[in-house]
Amino acid sequence: MPITPDRRHLQSRYDVVIVGAGPAGMAAALGARERGAEHVLLVDRETDPGGILLQCIHSGFGLHAFGEEVTGPEYAGRFLEQVLEQDVDVLTDAYVMDVTADRRVKLMSPRVGVHTVDAATVVLAMGARERTREAIRIPGDRPSGVMTAGFAQQLVNLEGYLPGRRAVILGSGDIGLIMARRLALEGVEVVGVFELLPQPSGLTRNVVQCLDDLDIPLHLSTTVIRIHGRDRVERVTVAPVDDDRRPIPEKAWDVDCDTLLLSIGLIPDAELARSLGAQLDPLTGGPVVSGTMETTLPGVFAAGNVVHVNDLADWVSREAQVAGEAAGALATGARRPDQDIRLIPGENVAYVVPHTIASDGTHTLSFRVRRPIHGPTVLRLGEIHRRKVRAVVPAEMVTMKVSPRILEGFRGDVLRVDAIAAEEVAR
Amino acid sequence: MTDRTATRDDGSDRADRGDRDDRGEVETHVYLCTGCPLGCRLEVDAVDDDVLEVRGFACRRGERYGRQEHVDPRRPVATTVWIEGAVDRRAPVRTAEPVPRDLVRDVVASLRGVRLEAPVRRGDLVVADVCDTGIDVIVTRDLERIGRP
Repeated sequence: MPITPDRRHLQSRYDVVIVGAGPAGMAAALGARERGAEHVLLVDRETDPGGILLQCIHSGFGLHAFGEEVTGPEYAGRFLEQVLEQDVDVLTDAYVMDVTADRRVKLMSPRVGVHTVDAATVVLAMGARERTREAIRIPGDRPSGVMTAGFAQQLVNLEGYLPGRRAVILGSGDIGLIMARRLALEGVEVVGVFELLPQPSGLTRNVVQCLDDLDIPLHLSTTVIRIHGRDRVERVTVAPVDDDRRPIPEKAWDVDCDTLLLSIGLIPDAELARSLGAQLDPLTGGPVVSGTMETTLPGVFAAGNVVHVNDLADWVSREAQVAGEAAGALATGARRPDQDIRLIPGENVAYVVPHTIASDGTHTLSFRVRRPIHGPTVLRLGEIHRRKVRAVVPAEMVTMKVSPRILEGFRGDVLRVDAIAAEEVAR
Repeated sequence: MTDRTATRDDGSDRADRGDRDDRGEVETHVYLCTGCPLGCRLEVDAVDDDVLEVRGFACRRGERYGRQEHVDPRRPVATTVWIEGAVDRRAPVRTAEPVPRDLVRDVVASLRGVRLEAPVRRGDLVVADVCDTGIDVIVTRDLERIGRP
């Protein structure tokens, strides 16, 4: 529902201002209220809060947050109910233009015009953007009909348009797989999904439910090397790739289609963090954060896909709850816990979030592996903690709980995180 | 080998008829669980529709999925229908329960002509007993009436 407090109700000072009312922003708002923040403002540029969840009409959300699977809009709806019960001010149709280092938030909306609010703490929860054709430089013509999978999802699920009649999907990320099914069910011919890597990028269950169930072919180690078409896409050239992911043009073939959907990854939408001067992590593209999800700017927190791209909304909510609680606590005078241990990605680990932790705190570390290990794997935190998991793949984020008990005897200030095949550890 | 023994114990109704000869051999079927993001690789030992054993699951949901998938695969269906007077032109809907996998396309097709009028609430009934499955289709998003008063 469009919830827009008018200018009279909008305060000029808030304990916590949250930018973005998706799964991260809503959970952060609840966390902040739980820790005693009185005045919490949640700002979103769309008319309805919920963020990308509103176009994710499929089931698969909430297993962790609610103990049952619901669709994206239901997940958003349940969180929004709690947010409203908690008397959080929700300002929609509003755009945050600027946040200063002393946390003055300048926003703009048709309802309140340009308005500045002072915030004791800020939580950045802007989510992620999709990578586009330009990110991977696909050669060829520049016709219409080339778009990201998430944009096609918006067209189909919110606006009621089909993007085309015969679609090729490049990239087997979850959004691409979900859209393959969605388009097929709406009568679009989905010719195939092409994936550069030798394994799917999305979750196994999406390969099963979205491709196998509907007999949509998945071509691994294959990519699009050229787009053809004057005004509209007419066909694409695809080619298998060698072990170094270089296309083999001699083995290329053409596929007729009028639409090319790209599901080639997300990048944190961290422009606001960058312009604020927060330190960014080149590995994630998002801000560097502490164990309480505070950026390098005091009082400015960040959570969810703006920090690192998660595969589940549930993980986003959990992480944002931590950020919201810390932002609420800090705004109401709590002491900031010392972040005395730095985490660095080690063997077969692409990145680790958070970047620093407090040795007297409880943390959930999130990270991704670089290469799949199809068998028992040891997750190692320096020399002080090990956990065994059944397997790891880059498509699935790995988490590790760290408690003061584990960190108790540790006297150093840097811990490496590794993911190693169990048999190699034994050697 | 123990599997064969288990077969005879479990399938007593058939064994009683003494027509063991027309029973199939124990076959192992592989399914990938869609119950959660883990995507466990399930091995289901079965003689035709009689499931003897499920292996490879990490939780009870997985074991249940393996049995169900072998005998009667079902999927939740989510799609959208036209809505008048709301902020967006489509309202998201879903089946209240998973429907037989072979009916997924039919369910989506049968909702194509449905038009809703805002406001709607999460849980509102869209179509009862869709495609004679005994399962209802419900709205998944609150959509207010907007526009000029």
